[in-house]
Amino acid sequence: MPLYHNDDQAMLKDSVAPFVAEQAPVSHLRKLRDEADATGFSRDLWTQFTEMGLPGMLVPEAHGGLGMGHMEAGIVLEEIGRNLTPSPFLSTGVGAVAALAKAGGTQAGRWLPAIASGEAIVALAIDEGAKHRPDRIATTATRAGNGFRLDGKKSFVLHGHVADMSIVAAKTDGGITLFAVPKDAKGLTADPRRLVDSSLASHVTLDGVEVDADAVIGEVDAGGEILDALLAATRTGAAAEMVGVGQGAMDMTVTYLKERKQFGKLIGEFQGLQHRAAHLYGEMEVARATVMKAQQLLDEGSEGAKLMVSVAKAKAGRAANLAVREGVQMHGGIGMTDEYDIGLYMKRDRALAEFMGDVHYHIDQVARMNGY
Amino acid sequence: MSDLDAFRAEVRAWLEANCPPEMREPIREEGDVCWGGRNWVFKNDAQKQWLDACVSKGYTVPDWPTPYGGAGLTPEQTKVLKQEMKRINARSPLDSFGIWMLGPALLQFGTEEQKVHYLNPIARGEIRWCQGYSEPGSGSDLVSLQTFGEDKGDHWVVNGSKIWTSYADKADWIFCLVRTDKTNKYQGITFMLFDMASKGVTTKPILLISGNSPFCETFFDDVEVPKTQYVGEINRGWDVAKYLLGHEREMISGGGAGGDMVSIGGAFAKAFGKNAAGELDDPILRAEMAAFDTDVFAYRAMGERFMDMWKTGRAHPASSNMMKYVGTELNKRRHELVMSGGGSEALEWDSEETKGGARARGWLRTKANSIEGGTSEVMLNVIAKRILDLPGA
Repeated sequence: MPLYHNDDQAMLKDSVAPFVAEQAPVSHLRKLRDEADATGFSRDLWTQFTEMGLPGMLVPEAHGGLGMGHMEAGIVLEEIGRNLTPSPFLSTGVGAVAALAKAGGTQAGRWLPAIASGEAIVALAIDEGAKHRPDRIATTATRAGNGFRLDGKKSFVLHGHVADMSIVAAKTDGGITLFAVPKDAKGLTADPRRLVDSSLASHVTLDGVEVDADAVIGEVDAGGEILDALLAATRTGAAAEMVGVGQGAMDMTVTYLKERKQFGKLIGEFQGLQHRAAHLYGEMEVARATVMKAQQLLDEGSEGAKLMVSVAKAKAGRAANLAVREGVQMHGGIGMTDEYDIGLYMKRDRALAEFMGDVHYHIDQVARMNGY
Repeated sequence: MSDLDAFRAEVRAWLEANCPPEMREPIREEGDVCWGGRNWVFKNDAQKQWLDACVSKGYTVPDWPTPYGGAGLTPEQTKVLKQEMKRINARSPLDSFGIWMLGPALLQFGTEEQKVHYLNPIARGEIRWCQGYSEPGSGSDLVSLQTFGEDKGDHWVVNGSKIWTSYADKADWIFCLVRTDKTNKYQGITFMLFDMASKGVTTKPILLISGNSPFCETFFDDVEVPKTQYVGEINRGWDVAKYLLGHEREMISGGGAGGDMVSIGGAFAKAFGKNAAGELDDPILRAEMAAFDTDVFAYRAMGERFMDMWKTGRAHPASSNMMKYVGTELNKRRHELVMSGGGSEALEWDSEETKGGARARGWLRTKANSIEGGTSEVMLNVIAKRILDLPGA
């Protein structure tokens, strides 16, 4: 499969890009922010997403979805990134779907159709500290009665306060087990915090939450592989969204270089800025190719996917970060103002960079996977 | 089984039968690279056998049409062949500027007669070519070149000199930019081909900081070039030159030759020793190497995407400038890390254990990467102007 969008994918992009740009441009984020919207995203927009079949893109057809791949989901995520659109698409439509589809069984049958029909928002309760360390899960699940009792604290749970279900990773006797915890479960509380990019992420407390045995996603103690699938999909999706954020910031900046005059010249005529913009272009192109490669390997079920997913999250993180920093700097004073959009790109990039492992975490993974 | 799978099976069987074991080893020194040419001395029988086998199949230039010595493979088949050769670590049977640069330019701009006449010997490794672009007064600024061909009816008389002519002292023929009209800066240059054995051609190697002399100064003193030996149109050599530079950049950037782009941290794990956690025992260097490796794996993905897009006409024409810029800067970074990783051993200049200071010489050689074929700064200018469309660039 070549590393560019085929005709079907190009058509998808041609329908998704104008839709997101028209329905949820940066002003949409501003409005939600200024109104201090307690949901953090627009339900109306989510309904429109559902009408286009987007939440069910990755859901297998047998469960009511479109059975598409990560390459296609990436097209949507790039547009979400480019427009800074607040949406539960990444955690619900990508991360949760990847885990449920991998696990199959009761929970897949219960939740995948609900995700595809737009009825269910799902949150991913993986992290427990300020930094992403999925190999150090302390939340416990102990056998109790007919099921399990969950105790622990989760952090950085995007959409945790509005999710119909949260996928909770917990330690069991023989390994890691994933649980589908519905929002009305007794002992489950979500405390939402407003983040720098105006999104809402919750601190989730599991205080003796009791779930039935069939709440297990997949098999008891065998959640490691399912968690890996969830992480690979979500990281790759976050990388695609960052490519969108970086591209959006770069496009704004290049446009500005062609409009703004100083010393009687367009500032885009200055070689100092030209070289920096050209360097940024190269970094963004490499990041884009890397994310596409990760999507392709995931879609093929290739063994090489794990390495490329970490490379993609790290490279997209570096490139998008460069794009937003150069964006603010090249805009000069106006770039520091709240009314101008470039700063919003910097904020969203910061949040996405931290989500599911930052640049340093993933570079460390690259070293480990190469035996050093 | 799809046609492509069948082709893969066929290639696999052919390679198994025809690629000698000695040719399935990584390139370790200059002599391992087969350049061909009139004066080529094969390093061993295996090198010759491998070249002969590939020539008979058209596999030295697999995507060229069969009348010109190629195998006429589609881009997909060419990719399969490359993948299968890489799978067994097969060395390239033949490397040459004829294949990388002149060939594609002739395929694009040459007459049918020229294609048959020049491409077949290139495919067979019989004529080694060098490139006469740069001049002492014009490096990246090629349109300022001064070497002049005076019109004498059926031939030109060429006078002037070139510099940085790679392997001019070993080449059989040269493809050369010669000014044929002094009144027009851009449309006054002709792309000529001539024999380096012609009367009036002399070469002088240039000693570099690496201690090697891959480049020469080349002098033309009343060299007669028949009027049949130009490519494209007279005075429009710049069109050919620009097309060819795209391919040169592709090559220098490693877009086509990513073979060297493997994990650097893994390569040095043994030399350093590891700590109790199994990590390289120098946390800061480990971090730098891991960051570098991440960029290398990312660049390989870009190389694949670039080739996929280039071959199907989807790539921006100036994207080869971007590949060249990113690739050469990455290669320089690699060799800085190779020197750090090698420690005092990498400093040795002429010991047998270091194969004559191969690392140190290699490190110094890479400093030219961001100068030859257009400097990094020129690449950035081109990206700014042609891709980002920035003003006044």
